[in-house]
Order: sequence, then C-alpha cells, then structure tokens
Amino acid sequence: MSVAESPVQGATLHRGPLGRLRRFEPASLIWVLAAAALLFLVATPLVRLLISSLQATDTGTFTFDNYVSAYGRMRNLEALGNSLLYALEVTVLSALMAVPIAWGVSRTDMPAKSVVRALILGAFITPPYLGAIGWILLAGPNAGWLNRAWMAVTGSHSGFIDIYTFPVLSLVTALYAFPYIFVFTTDALDRVSSEMEEAANILGAGSVYTVFRITLPLVTPAILGGAIVVFLDTVALFGTPAIIALPARIRIMTLQLWQYFEFPVRAEVAAAYAIPLIAITLALFWIQRAVLGRRSYVALTGKGGSRTLTPLGPWRWAILGYSLFVVSLAVILPYAALAKAAFSKAWGLGFTLANLTFNNFYRLLAEEGARRTILHSFTYSAAAGCLAVALALLAAYVVNRKLMPGGAILSLLCMAPLVIPGIVLGIGFYAAFASPPVALYGTALILILGYSTRFLPIAYVNCAASLRALNPEMEEAVRILGGTRLRAIARVIVPVLKKSLLGTWLLVFIPATRELSTAIFLVGAQTRVISVMMLDLSENGSFEILAALGFFLLGATILIVLLGYKIIGRDFMLRRS
Amino acid sequence: MSGAEPKSVPRLSLDRLSCVYGSFTAVDQLSLDIAPGEFISLLGPSGCGKTTTLRMIAGFVRPTGGTIAMDGAVISSPQGSLPPEKRQMSMIFQSYAIWPNMTVAENVAFGLKLRRFDRESIRGKVQSMLDTVKLGALADRYPAELSGGQQQRVALARAMVIEPRVLLLDEPLSNLDANLREEMRFEIRRLHDKFHFTTVYVTHDQGEAMVTSDRIAVMNLGRLEQIEAPYLLYTRPKTRFVAGFIGRTNFLEGRIEGERVVFDRFDLPRNLFEKERLEANGPVLFSVRPQNISLDRGPFSEDSPVRLKGRVIERVFLGESWDYIVSPADSAVRLKVAAMPSQVFEVGDTLWLKLDPQQMAPLKE
Repeated sequence: MSVAESPVQGATLHRGPLGRLRRFEPASLIWVLAAAALLFLVATPLVRLLISSLQATDTGTFTFDNYVSAYGRMRNLEALGNSLLYALEVTVLSALMAVPIAWGVSRTDMPAKSVVRALILGAFITPPYLGAIGWILLAGPNAGWLNRAWMAVTGSHSGFIDIYTFPVLSLVTALYAFPYIFVFTTDALDRVSSEMEEAANILGAGSVYTVFRITLPLVTPAILGGAIVVFLDTVALFGTPAIIALPARIRIMTLQLWQYFEFPVRAEVAAAYAIPLIAITLALFWIQRAVLGRRSYVALTGKGGSRTLTPLGPWRWAILGYSLFVVSLAVILPYAALAKAAFSKAWGLGFTLANLTFNNFYRLLAEEGARRTILHSFTYSAAAGCLAVALALLAAYVVNRKLMPGGAILSLLCMAPLVIPGIVLGIGFYAAFASPPVALYGTALILILGYSTRFLPIAYVNCAASLRALNPEMEEAVRILGGTRLRAIARVIVPVLKKSLLGTWLLVFIPATRELSTAIFLVGAQTRVISVMMLDLSENGSFEILAALGFFLLGATILIVLLGYKIIGRDFMLRRS
Repeated sequence: MSGAEPKSVPRLSLDRLSCVYGSFTAVDQLSLDIAPGEFISLLGPSGCGKTTTLRMIAGFVRPTGGTIAMDGAVISSPQGSLPPEKRQMSMIFQSYAIWPNMTVAENVAFGLKLRRFDRESIRGKVQSMLDTVKLGALADRYPAELSGGQQQRVALARAMVIEPRVLLLDEPLSNLDANLREEMRFEIRRLHDKFHFTTVYVTHDQGEAMVTSDRIAVMNLGRLEQIEAPYLLYTRPKTRFVAGFIGRTNFLEGRIEGERVVFDRFDLPRNLFEKERLEANGPVLFSVRPQNISLDRGPFSEDSPVRLKGRVIERVFLGESWDYIVSPADSAVRLKVAAMPSQVFEVGDTLWLKLDPQQMAPLKE
C-alpha cells in the first residue's frame, strides 16, 4: 500500500460506542493478561496461605486454632527465638568479615585486590548448603579434617571445633552471607570522594581517626542496608539449618515449618506459623528503605570527586592477610575438602592412591536419575528466567508508560515476593496450586512458576531500570512511522536492551539452579532438582557423590558467570541493583 | 491523499485545541490551519506549549479540548485520538531516536517495510534517499559509528523516505554544535524545497525558524501570539511578546491625539505612519528596531519632521556594530540604536537621530 493513495478517512475516529471499541488497541489485551498472570502468581499463594491459616483442618470452618497451636507451644516459640538470634549472630559476623575487606579493596593500596574480589565472588555463587557440607567435612566432631589435623598436631583426643553447635552454625552461615554486605559497602565506599577524607586530614585528623569518624560513618546506611538483607536471608534460610541444625537438634523456625509437612501433614498450622515471618520481613524492609532513603548523606549522591587510595605501608599486608583468612574459610578450605571427597571412595580415608576414584563423577553422568535431576535444574531455571524476564519487562513497560490505571499495584505485585521467605512461598504455592482445581503438584510447571515468582523482584528491578534508561523517543519513532507498540517492543526495545535483559535472565537463572527452600515443597517424584537431591544425599551421608554434584553445579555456574562477564561486562554479579 | 478534495481544505486544521494537565494549561485554545506543502514553525520559549502541540498532532497526547483534522477528517479530539501509527506522519526527535540495533539502511527501510513495499523498491528508495541526505556511502554503518550530524541526517532520511502526509520535527538541531546547526538549517530548507512535505517544526531558536519556514507561529503561555511569514513577523510584530522575542527592539509609548502622535517631549505627524494600522485616539505602544533609527553628528541635510536632537547616554562596541543608548529631545525615553563601526560618538555627545514611522510597528498588549 502506498502512503500517498491510502485514504485516511477509513482510519479516522468514529464517535459513539463503535469509536470506543476501535480505540481499544489489541495490545491492551497483553497488558491485561500480564497483570492477570502477576495476580495469579503472586497474590493467589499469599491469599491462599492467609485463608488456610484461618481454617480448621478437616471442616474448613473459620478458626484461630491454628495460630494457637502454632504459637501456643514452647518449642515453637523457642524456634522463633533461635531463628532471630541465629540471624542476628550471622549479621554481626558478616559485617565483621565484610566491612574491613570492603574498606581495604575500595580505599587502600592493599595488594592482590582482584584475587580477593574473585574469591568473594566465589563465596557469593556458592550455595550456602554446599558450603555447609564442605564444613561438615572440615569440622565434623571427630572425622572433620581440621579436627583430625588438630589431634595429630597436639596429640589431643578430641577436636577443637564442632560443626553441630550454634556458634559454628552461625559462623558457617555468615561465610556465605557476608558478600551481600561487601557489595553494599564497596558500592558506597567507591562513591565517597577523597576530598571528604582530605578535609579531615588538613584539619589535623590522623588516618585511623579519619576512617572511623568520617569514612565509615558516611557509608553506615549502606552497611545497615546490607546487614538487613543478610538478616532477612538468614531468618528465611532453610538449607544450612537443614544440614547442620537438624542433626544438632537446634530448633529453627524454617525447620519447624518443614516438619509440619511430615506425617501427619498440618498445612494449616504451618500457614499460621509462617504469617509472622512475612510480617517480620515486611517490617525490616520498611526499616531498610527508611535507612537507605535518607538523603542527608550527600557524599553518596554525587559521582564527582576523585578517589585517592590510602597508603597503608606495612599494614597493607595485614589487611590482605585478614581478607585471605576470611575467603579461605569461605572458599578455599571447604572446596579443598569437597574436592578431596569428590575424588575419594570414602571421604574419611586418607590421601592414598587406593582411595582415589573418578567413580563419583561417573555415577552422576551414568545414572539415569542423576542425569535427569541435573537436566531438570537447568531447564526449569532457564524457563523460569525467561518467564520472569518476560513478565517483569511487560509489567515494567506498563508501569513506565502508564498504560493502565493502578500501575503502582503492578509494581507492588512484582516486588512482593521480596518479602516472602522462599519456604513460605513454597508453602503458599503448595497450598494454592498443588491440589485441584489447578492440580499442578508433581509437574515441572509448578517449579518453573515457583522459581519465576521467587526471583521476579530481581527481574523487575533490572527491567525497570533498563527501561528508565531508554529514551521513549526510540519507541515513538516506531509508532509515528506506522508500527504498533508490540512491534516497538519486539523490534526496538528488546533488541536494544538485549544485553541487560540477558544479564537479568542470568541473575534469575543462577539462583534458580540452586534454589532449595521453594523447591522442597514443590518437587515430585519425576521432577527432582539438584538442590533437593543434595539434601537427600546429605541425609544419607553420601558426601562423595554430593561433593561431585556440588562441583558439577559450581563448574556450570562459573561457566555461566564467565559468559555473563564476556557478554555484559565485569562485575554484573557483584553490582548493587 | 485523494485528488478529488478541493484545494481549499487545509492539510492540518487545529481548531481551538487545548491541553490541560490538572491546573496547568499547556495549550490554550490554539487554532491554526496548515496548507498542503507548507512549512510552519512553532516558535516560543520553553514551556510555551509548542512541543505539546506537536505531540498532539503526532497522536502521542490526546487534547482535552478542541480538535485536529487532517484533510478534513478529525483525527484528535477529547473523545479519542487516532494512534500515531495510523496517521501516516513521521517525526524527527530531539534525540534523533535512531535505533542502535539497526544499520543506517535498516533504520531508513523500517517505515517502508511496514508499508509492505517489495524488496527491490525498498532498496531503491533507501539508496536514493540516503544519497539525497549525503549518506549514500554509510548505508551499512551502525548509528554508534556516526557523528551527531550524520545521525541527524539518518533521522531525516528515515522520516522522509515514507513520504509522510505531515513531517514533524521536535527541536531537531538542539543537540548539534553551533556550526553544524547553521548548516543543517539550510539543509532542512533545501530538502523541503525538493520534496514539499507539509512540515511542522518546533524550535525555540528564531534563527532556525527564520531560515526554514514559510510561516512562523509564535507561541507564548500556551497561546498563539501571531502567525506570519518571517519577514512580516520581524517588521510587523503585532504583540509586545512577539516584538521582544523576535530580534531586538525598543518599546516606545505614545498617544494618538488628532493628527499628531505624541511621545515624551516630542511628537510625529500621524500621516507618516501606515494609516490603516493606527487606531482611534488614545495610547499606543510602538516597536522600533535599533537598526531602523539613524544617527548623524550634524542636523540631517533635509529638513524632516522625524529628526530629533539627542544625547548619547551609554555605548557598547559589539564588533559588527555600535550599540548606543540615546535619549531623544532630553526626554526620559531611552532608545537603543545600532550604528556602523565607523560612526563613533562619545558618551555625552549631542547628535541628531531620525526615526522612520513606516518601520514603527504599533502593538497590541
């Protein structure tokens, strides 16, 4: 069709109801569908959870009994108290590990920074439960390598460290949580202008005084922000407690929740027990936003100002030593122990040739069940990544372009899973979608939907940021030349944002491959995934195969992260978004 | 466009067009007809409503009052607005909005593909348009490899190749450096002379509007102040805003009293002014351009009623001219006068100045 000949009259406005109908863009249907999908994925499980918590198990009548039996028992209250104490200890330990290293990396002439950064990234991508297993091999009361070395050196009859105690549980958890505080803190330290410090120096303040009175106070909001993330993550953590606290008989809230699903299943009580967990999370998030939202810390708003590194003299070796100590506890020692186990016939036996074997890896690849489990993890995660990115992009687009009234609700729905602990989301999904009419229990779909929902906030934050950075004129140029909104999305927005969308996909894909707390309630006999298989292997004490599987997961993750570096640029993982 | 339509139908007709955001009126009762093939500029300071008007024409913003009709058919009204993609217009954006994921040729071909031209004619049209904007050799480059001026040309090519019914330009030169801006003004006018697309050009730069436009619509506070050809807009401004916004000027207050026009301590015969433009007795405000007043050391040779004695109050040398502030007839009036660099007067000198009543434009407030 030629422009010059086509009559515009055919496309003009018609008044009345017909005209109204003609103004309805077919694309609007897609916005409505996206909104409906979000409502289905996010709101349904939460509402279902809330309703269940108020229903009697058999009759379904309204009752507060579930809350009474959840919180009326001493052991449940003790679990709640333990969980909060556990989270607090982990948070403090994480801050002690992260802040000095962050300061060293960001503001001093500490050597070997890139090595330290790489190893912290290593801790970041290690699933906490895998690290915990490495530490069982290191600090098991008698058989652990560290204890055995201790006994050999000192001649003592017992080890010096026991993994199955509360403090060591906290320490091991902190080793895989501190990277969050590290990321928040370096990000803030990188933006503090050296002029702030120099202004203190010129007035006569020494270096140490300056660090404690100027530099650290300036980044306190960021440290607190990271600390709250760690606290929330730990309260909701399931894997590490399942591996360490369960055999140690330490009562933890997430474990109690899980136990409600063993025979006899008491899903309604579990729901009642879970609701306060959401309330805690919500309250802490509100505090975090209030803390980070304070703009009085002007030093952090501007990018201007140069940064000169503080020369530490010989002390730079001290801070490097501390950094290497922390990362060896987090990465080097546990992976050495896991490597030893992965290549051993029995991990407790010594370093002999007779004990060396590749059979653990071979069995993973040879066994049909193991192979399928590995495949499940990667395919489900990939699908969840696609679904989360697609939903988040559509939602961010609708909100950004104000295409629907109530856009704020849409973004609230996308961000809501952030305040739902994974285990609670798993229970909510189980309650809402496992049984008829939806009846998704045991299907791959329920896992894919669960993963997508769990990591939707990551996808949404990233998509919204990329869309904000994109000039709307790019899209208007498509429309004025005759293209619809959908064409603009397909031909311009998605191709232009290709890199950041791929980065977003990776940021969903990577945590999804190791997600345990949601999966534990949603896997069926035919849909097992790596994380659940690891938990089972740990319960059976098959640490050799478990270690091999861990290396497999780690190797795949490293490959993917390197791919991400190559495509999207360095630091895409250790960036604050 | 169907040729059967009578010639008198404007291509675009804005009828009492308004756009109100809450308590802020962006565009207020704007009426404007644009003939087919005409080049119109919307000129005004930032916030005057020119961009909102353009975006209503494009279909990105729905008016809250009034209508826009294209070739007689209503395309925008408060009841509804034909989406941009159905208007067969094209637009050049402030940021150029060149798609970085497509080559120059793919950018230009985009609109043609949407119009389902066959591959051969797309290739031909794209190449000839790129040659027209002098980018023929860069067809396979990506936008990131182009300079700002070249991106601008891609945007022009992409917008024109589809032969739009209306071509819209939103401050297209504001991101270019001064020299390039100068060059592109003439380029835009050259392309209009070649293709004669009906064009609406939004700018805050009067120089751009002067060079490119058939008519300039000056806007202020959401209202149309005056629409006129560039020469007449400059020489015959109708409002105080237009006189002050276009070029430099003096405002001179006077009164019409019978056959005289009386100013502070001097007066001029009414019959020397353009008769039809002076209304009945009463106060009147004139705009007098600095270069329409001449200076001389002695009295002008001819004995003229428009010569006045004056005194230099201030002077500034601008290189291409002198700027003198002169007070005529010892009145409180201060007139800015532009003079050749060779006409040197000192502050305090007495001199003679001559006004040209034909060039004194009476203004409505």
